[in-house]
Amino acid sequence: MDKYVCGICGHVYDPAVGDPDSGIAPGTPFEAIPEDWVCPICGVSKDNFTKE
Amino acid sequence: MSNLNAIKISESVYWVGAIDWNIRYFHGYATLKGTTYNAYLVMADKITLIDGVKKGFECELLERVASVVDPQKIEYIVSNHAEPDHSGGIAKIAEIVKPEKIFASKGGVRALAAYYPELKVEAVADGGELTLGNKTLKFMETKMLHWPDSMFSYLAEEEVLFSQDAFGMHLATSERFDDELPWSLLEEMSTGYYANIITLYSPFVQNLLKKVAASGLTFKVVAPDHGPVWRNMDNFVKMLGFYDKWSARRTDKKAVIVYDSMWHSTEKMARYIEDGLTSQGIKVKSLFMQSSDRSEVAAELLDASALIVGSPTINNELFPSVADVMCYLKGLKFKTPFTAAFGSYGWSGESVKYLTQMLTDMGGELVGSVKALYLPTEEIKKQCFELGCGIGEKINNKN
Repeated sequence: MDKYVCGICGHVYDPAVGDPDSGIAPGTPFEAIPEDWVCPICGVSKDNFTKE
Repeated sequence: MSNLNAIKISESVYWVGAIDWNIRYFHGYATLKGTTYNAYLVMADKITLIDGVKKGFECELLERVASVVDPQKIEYIVSNHAEPDHSGGIAKIAEIVKPEKIFASKGGVRALAAYYPELKVEAVADGGELTLGNKTLKFMETKMLHWPDSMFSYLAEEEVLFSQDAFGMHLATSERFDDELPWSLLEEMSTGYYANIITLYSPFVQNLLKKVAASGLTFKVVAPDHGPVWRNMDNFVKMLGFYDKWSARRTDKKAVIVYDSMWHSTEKMARYIEDGLTSQGIKVKSLFMQSSDRSEVAAELLDASALIVGSPTINNELFPSVADVMCYLKGLKFKTPFTAAFGSYGWSGESVKYLTQMLTDMGGELVGSVKALYLPTEEIKKQCFELGCGIGEKINNKN
């Protein structure tokens, strides 16, 4: 599974870790995250992320 | 016992911050006129302190509080921004004051926990409210303006916005209010502040301006964490107009030339480029990196339509001072409509190639470049002048 990086703040989404604070369980691939999910650091939408 | 005094800024709100007349360097930013660390005391039923000060200034804050009320009567502390120039004093203040609760945004809780593990901080929600008994504080997250934890607090009954770093400036003065200072100074210092702290988050500023407009909130006082408090709302609205201009990257008929020089060759080239631009009616700011700070370059670039960078080649590389400012401008995500590079060399001449690559990566149209072997010849001087003219024409056609 690929890691994705936020183009605004540089936060890296690691599928192994997920984003438990936002209800994204560890092991969730980036593609499977709901479209209304936002970057947990800077709050921008999913389309600001690119593959690391 | 005598105290430093608090300054009343609204019916129940007092400025209880600290004036740092002496600081000249603030994380890579030359603060030639010092700064202030603003904190505010809200004398509501639940006496509340908004933000702290930098470590070392706690006594100044506590003395100013003591001129109004016994500091131990403070029940809440709200941290709008966790950066140590505002939170550095909070641990010591909390130890002395023993507040009932400390509040911050969710991001603020994370950052404060990292800096001060001993503090117990409670998260407030974006759009959430905190009752202070007879008064109410409302919170609005302002993520990445300019840290992930940043938020605004709003005292609804008195229409006071505590805007943390937004609308602030690094300026130490004895005057506490905007209308006690000339507009030219407010504009100059705000320009430098925005350029060096906020430029890279300009898209967030555009969103925030819309969010604030949509909220329908009205303001009587805007109280930032640095510099004067805005109480003349005509001035504040004018400043909002500048924030809109800067965040939308609307630029003027102005060019910035940044360069360093070993034996005056690159310097001479800069003068001919400058002359070409001037001949087209373009305002030019020429910044020699042995007498300018990187933060001055950022400030001048904020409303400029062209960035022209010159560096001699030294040891097959850029001149270090030019590499420094380029790294800084790249980080601030300065995308300038037109760019160009120039520089002298003795044998290898890599500097211009590196500069053109960096400028291309930063975006904008690379208009051209000029290299001079040892010394600019008559032909090279002409090329420099023409490069300046060419950039000038493009600026005139755009604006």
